[in-house]
Amino acid sequence: MRGLPLRQLVDVYRAKFRAEIALQFAYRWALAIWLLGLLLQPIVYLVVWTTVARSQGGTVGGFSARDFAAYFTIFMVVNQLTFTWHYWEFEWRVRQGFFSPLLLRPIHPLHNDLAENVTFKLLTFTVVAPVAVLLLVTFNASLNPSPWQVLAFLPALVFAFALRFLLEWTLALAAFWLTRVTAINQAYYLAVVFLSGQMAPLELLPEAVQVIAAVLPFRWMVAFPVETVLGRLSPMEVAVGLAAQLIWIGLALGLLRFGWRAGVRRYSAVGA
Amino acid sequence: MTGRSEQAIQVRELRKTYVVPEREGGLAAAARSLVRRRTREVPAVAGISFDVAPGEIVGFLGPNGAGKTTTLKVLSGLLHPTSGEVTALGHVPWQRETAFLRRMTLIMGQRNQLAWDIPVVDSFDLNRAIYQIPAAEYRQRVKELVELLELEELLRKPVRNLSLGERMKCEVAGSLLHRPDVLFLDEPTIGLDVTMQRRIRNFIAHYTQRTGATTLLTSHYMADVEALCRRVLVIHHGQLLYDGDLAGLVTRFSPHKTIVIDLEPSGPAVDGRIEALVGSPDWVVSHAEDRLTLRVPRSETAAVTTRLLANLQVADVIVEEPPIDEVIDLVFAAGPADAQAKDAR
Repeated sequence: MRGLPLRQLVDVYRAKFRAEIALQFAYRWALAIWLLGLLLQPIVYLVVWTTVARSQGGTVGGFSARDFAAYFTIFMVVNQLTFTWHYWEFEWRVRQGFFSPLLLRPIHPLHNDLAENVTFKLLTFTVVAPVAVLLLVTFNASLNPSPWQVLAFLPALVFAFALRFLLEWTLALAAFWLTRVTAINQAYYLAVVFLSGQMAPLELLPEAVQVIAAVLPFRWMVAFPVETVLGRLSPMEVAVGLAAQLIWIGLALGLLRFGWRAGVRRYSAVGA
Repeated sequence: MTGRSEQAIQVRELRKTYVVPEREGGLAAAARSLVRRRTREVPAVAGISFDVAPGEIVGFLGPNGAGKTTTLKVLSGLLHPTSGEVTALGHVPWQRETAFLRRMTLIMGQRNQLAWDIPVVDSFDLNRAIYQIPAAEYRQRVKELVELLELEELLRKPVRNLSLGERMKCEVAGSLLHRPDVLFLDEPTIGLDVTMQRRIRNFIAHYTQRTGATTLLTSHYMADVEALCRRVLVIHHGQLLYDGDLAGLVTRFSPHKTIVIDLEPSGPAVDGRIEALVGSPDWVVSHAEDRLTLRVPRSETAAVTTRLLANLQVADVIVEEPPIDEVIDLVFAAGPADAQAKDAR
């Protein structure tokens, strides 16, 4: 990315953080309703799957009701910490010329979105975390990670966020070429819901789907950190997973750089 | 022409052609365009060249669609040109190097750069961080801008709650916090009332005078250009029609001057002699009571005035250039071919 020294970059993030916090508080009701939706979705899955497990004599494919409770609660937390929304905004940005002010600044526009994203996450995490604890206790979730699993969870989570952010920002660049990207975004969103383990743990899906989710980046964007902290992976599997994440991050960075350069060229060729 | 490096901005044979999709109205045409897209090339800038020296303030004149904004966007790095060479502060703008972006600003009257939802002061603070303005200097500059533009009351309000004029003042202030060496101003006063226009204009004059910033300004308000720019570029259909001082523009494109003569009411009747004295009946615009208004070829002005003064009892005489707006109208009405034919250089 085009360069500011790290110290200045931190300064930019801090300034953006202050502004963004103020903004979120200004729209606190919108934020609250949004959060409610975010929390409700995994609770629905959780209730459905624990019911299925109970009706099948206790387990579905090795998942007990208490396992499902742990899976969907942790999934909610990981998903909340890693999701991005910027690709929904790019079409509007490009069409309305709102990219121009961002391009005129001596800093990559990616930083603007990253700072916004991180701020939002920090703010909403203060609600998501207690809700998660509440869910774990209420559903008597079975969550007993060993220390190494907790330790491995942290980089897995950070890499998952980095990967998801970079890939989705790259996806967003499609708006430079296409005037309507909503259809693409929808398709992508569906793929994430299905292949990242949001509807059901990947283990429960057909073998072929599992392979697709692992070959494509989807598993590494959300499911992998969840599986790690739930203790469903061997140390070897965790190591391979972290490596897969790093490889995908490298690929995503390359794609982003290339796409960004071409996208800006395109934007500035057709008229900003 | 002076050496390359001495110019703040250099533009050589700049061309920008947009490719736009084109189809006729109606369902059938829509269906056809699914299969085969027809496009049309629209030349926005058709080969213009000029230099701007450091510290110069240049006005860009032209009707809507003349290519002014396109040129400014190329110069500020938002657009890749189709062909031609451009350097600004020694950089190729569309490479958008950090060193260049930190030294320039583009203010667009029709577009917001401040974040819509957050208080003005937060946007300023963000600019401080992005442009790495030292804290002490930042405070000093904000204080100064607040005083000059009377922003005190506005700083804590979110931008969306400001009136157009208030917003523009904040936009201008925010865009100048990093003390740019080059200013591109695209219709900075559009839609503002006369008082606010004057305030923004005065402020820009003050800023450029103080910092010696090189400035390129487009405006539909001649008052902006007259107040700020000694030199103007007239652009029409993507071509440069004129590059020179504002006064010269009038001389070049308006072949007439207006002479208004007030006669002594007590003087002898002049009706019969007027046309002979003036030289041609065509030059008389009006003759009512004691006032005679003439429109005389520039080259005849002195002779006609002398004749009238010698032969009539004159109370007052005024020799005027036509209003600049009228001259601009004339230039655009004439079109590029005619105007260039007049170009004697």
